[in-house]
Amino acid sequence: MAGPDAMAELVAEAVGGSRSALARLISVAERGGEGSAALEAALLPCRGESYSIGITGAPGAGKSTLASALTTELQTAGERVALLAVDPSSPLTRGAILGDRVRLQPHLGNPEVFIRSMASRGHLGGLAMATCTARRVLEACGWPLVLIETVGVGQAELDVAGATDTVLVVLNPGWGDEMQANKAGLMEIADIFVINKADRQGLEATRRDLEAAIAANAPTRRPAIVETVATEGTGLNALREAIADHRQQTTASGEHQRRRQARAVTELRDLARARLELALEAQLAGAAGKALADAVTRRETDVDSAARRLLATLFTRSDPEQAP
Amino acid sequence: MSGKRILMAKTGLDGHWRGPTIVARALRDAGFEVIMIGMARPEEVVQACVDEDVDLVGLNIGGHIDVAVRAVTALREERPELPVFCGGVVPPHAKRKLEALGVEVYPPGSQLPDIVGAARRLTGLG
Repeated sequence: MAGPDAMAELVAEAVGGSRSALARLISVAERGGEGSAALEAALLPCRGESYSIGITGAPGAGKSTLASALTTELQTAGERVALLAVDPSSPLTRGAILGDRVRLQPHLGNPEVFIRSMASRGHLGGLAMATCTARRVLEACGWPLVLIETVGVGQAELDVAGATDTVLVVLNPGWGDEMQANKAGLMEIADIFVINKADRQGLEATRRDLEAAIAANAPTRRPAIVETVATEGTGLNALREAIADHRQQTTASGEHQRRRQARAVTELRDLARARLELALEAQLAGAAGKALADAVTRRETDVDSAARRLLATLFTRSDPEQAP
Repeated sequence: MSGKRILMAKTGLDGHWRGPTIVARALRDAGFEVIMIGMARPEEVVQACVDEDVDLVGLNIGGHIDVAVRAVTALREERPELPVFCGGVVPPHAKRKLEALGVEVYPPGSQLPDIVGAARRLTGLG
């Protein structure tokens, strides 16, 4: 990738309104490595603040359709909307089918809507490794609202909670029971429960189970429940209001700020860990790693001592520019 | 990992999503990221290609050759270096017209390994 000057130039172009430059920056983020690091540095001086809304739930719950209907609703209210839609990469071939746009057809060609499909590229947790950098690119380019749609999740892929300001958990009628509603994980991260496909049978039971579970929460954490039929645009007005309420409440209570602080810790940890792993792999593949592995194989040293000596080779540099 | 991104769009008549779906599956299994956008007008194909920053475009032509030609022409203006290939029902005269625009044409009966091979070549994977 090009040097810092070229990166700053591309960022300036994107901030100036070039969609093509914006799109190329997201590709830089997706490729990761030093290009992405240079991008983060170039984004630092950029102003701009956006609010992010996460949309998560099981495969087939209607996340993409809801994202599309919510985009329409926000557009009607005069908002420009950017959407990052993540779909899974194959762990076997690294390939992916990114199909969210098929549900987002009403927004094709609309200059007030930016859509980017992202493959998870082996990252677990429901988002792609580059999703947060992509969000910062959009923020720098003046997109005030960023919707982030996760891959279809199970109970424990919860990255979206740390990455966004308001989290929508999408469920359907007939989903689970009271026991499911009280389980840890996905059910804990909702700021708003969206019961989508609300024209289907079982709506009352699902709502009742959710309400019972929420009633047992601490009074400070009582997510709203909104019913939608995204394919028909029903309930989207109520959803937009629930999001605005959540935003207003968390901003007033300081919760919003606390979350952003926690987000910084998470991102710091993730990036530091990624760099550490890379450095470790390089060291393992190099002469020092081979020598230590040989020593372990020949039983000249125990594996734990070897691991500590390997780690020590990573931490002998005091200049951060030379750090892993 | 290739990380190469291919946008698949349908121009022309609605329906017949099966062909592109089968091709998309083969490309996915070959390690490509395939972005499906469904039916789209030429200017919509162009904007999606820009926003998604793709390395290759696949058009499924549903009978309306003029729409496909307009889409390719618009793409050439916005991203001249972006390769395009297409499939679907392509009559011989249309095939010549598209090939004159630098589009590779894979009519019915084309073999999936050939299409995957073309995708690799057109995205610089050799």
